[in-house]
Amino acid sequence: MKKCRRCSKPATLHITEIRKGEVQQLHLCEVCAQKYLAQGNPDSEDSSPDMNVEELEASDELACPHCGITFRQFRSQGRLGCPHDYEVFETELNQLLENIHDGAQHCGKVPLQTGEANQDHFRLIKLRSELQVAVKDEAYEKAAALRDEIQQIESRIRTQTTA
Amino acid sequence: MDLDSLAQHCGEWLRGTGPDSDIVMSSRIRLARNLSEFPFPNRADDAAKLEIETLLSERMMALSQRQKLNYIRVSDLNALDRQFLVERQLISRELSESAGPRGVGISDAEDISVMINEEDHVRMQVIHSGFALDDCWAEINRVDDLLEQEISFAFDERLGYLTACPTNVGTGIRVSVMLHLPGLVLTKDIQKVFQALQKLRLAVRGLYGEGSQAMGDFYQISNQVTLGRSEEDLIKTIKEVIPSILKYERRARESLLRESREGLHDQIARAFGILSSAQTITTEETLHLLSSVRMGINLGLLDELQIPAINELLILTQPAHLQKVRKKPLESADRNIARASLLRQRLTAREHEKN
Ligand SMILES: [Zn+2]
Ligand SMILES: [Zn+2]
Repeated sequence: MKKCRRCSKPATLHITEIRKGEVQQLHLCEVCAQKYLAQGNPDSEDSSPDMNVEELEASDELACPHCGITFRQFRSQGRLGCPHDYEVFETELNQLLENIHDGAQHCGKVPLQTGEANQDHFRLIKLRSELQVAVKDEAYEKAAALRDEIQQIESRIRTQTTA
Repeated sequence: MDLDSLAQHCGEWLRGTGPDSDIVMSSRIRLARNLSEFPFPNRADDAAKLEIETLLSERMMALSQRQKLNYIRVSDLNALDRQFLVERQLISRELSESAGPRGVGISDAEDISVMINEEDHVRMQVIHSGFALDDCWAEINRVDDLLEQEISFAFDERLGYLTACPTNVGTGIRVSVMLHLPGLVLTKDIQKVFQALQKLRLAVRGLYGEGSQAMGDFYQISNQVTLGRSEEDLIKTIKEVIPSILKYERRARESLLRESREGLHDQIARAFGILSSAQTITTEETLHLLSSVRMGINLGLLDELQIPAINELLILTQPAHLQKVRKKPLESADRNIARASLLRQRLTAREHEKN
């Protein structure tokens, strides 16, 4: 998880700015972000964060049509309102998820009810991540077995899509 | 399930057997799951919570042929009974203290518990004695498969199982082991262990989980990452790091024995002396002294006692357990007296048996 650039707390806010023609990412914790918005630039080079304030406020007011939670409410309590929020706040949550987890692609268990085609899809994701680990651990025999299994599933998917 | 009869003994996970159970108290795996068309419990009103609870508890009961779970409506219990279930690690403090319709399904052996309307709609856990994560995973995976035949959980192709808190999304898994590390606390090397674990992105907590101070040298180690890695992979990370901590703890104990055998033996014998003769004693002091005694048994310095008896006392001396056994509410001062009495009875009875 990224640290706040002004203190050591985990960064929960990620502000993208265009400054002097360059895109910059600012990672701040809630407290520092509020100070930043109140005072302007933390590095006090120039002070035109107005656009960011608007953007930030816009996403803060974003509300889920299913449960009514706003992004601001989520930020203050740390819990979402319903499963649809992952879709509604997708852009806002993405950076947070990548910071606290290992990327943002699930590669674990899949419900049995998901259907066979999807099962294959997830099995592939999982096997590929296992292959990476095996190569890293220099477990070549295991890696070879995994690669065979991956190719098998890939060819099965190919025949399914051409059929 | 009759709570009063439970109070007389302990769950199977405390029996003190299983691999490396001298240091690993217990292994636990929990999974978080949700229904897709309901708000998460923190945003659901009582009517919605009741609907969720009814639906889930009915589906859970439908499994009884393949996995018997005794359902307890936690919202119908008084504060003492709720605390009692927290002390047995069958429900979380959050479930105990929250409001509205909620409950838990518990297996006869108390190794499986399925909470309804905790932070997520479903929180299921399996807890086993000793270092037994593979067993825990096999069992919780089976329970999850069974529930899944009855319930369709909120799942997204990219983000996996959707949870109320983004820190649990993906696998929804928390893999944890409870370690007893008195040696490393005494040699003051425990901080180094914490730092090494933090680098692996593993969390360390005290005996009662989130936000509590470590008491009696018991520490819980668990994963933080839940998305982007498979369940097996996350279990493997913990399985690989525990043996080195065990080795480190055993080495600390050996060096304490080598360098100050009399000092260590004295500390342990005094701990036993206080526990078996005190007339009033707090929970904190009890935990602290039982920790010493537990290490003493493992080092062969106290041979008249058994580990399971000590594990059991760790739970039976907790406030709600004392009151359940006495069958009446007790003020703090009276609990300290009841606790001392229970300890004297349990610790000296064993000596008499032997003589
Ligand atoms: Zn900060
Ligand atoms: Zn929502």
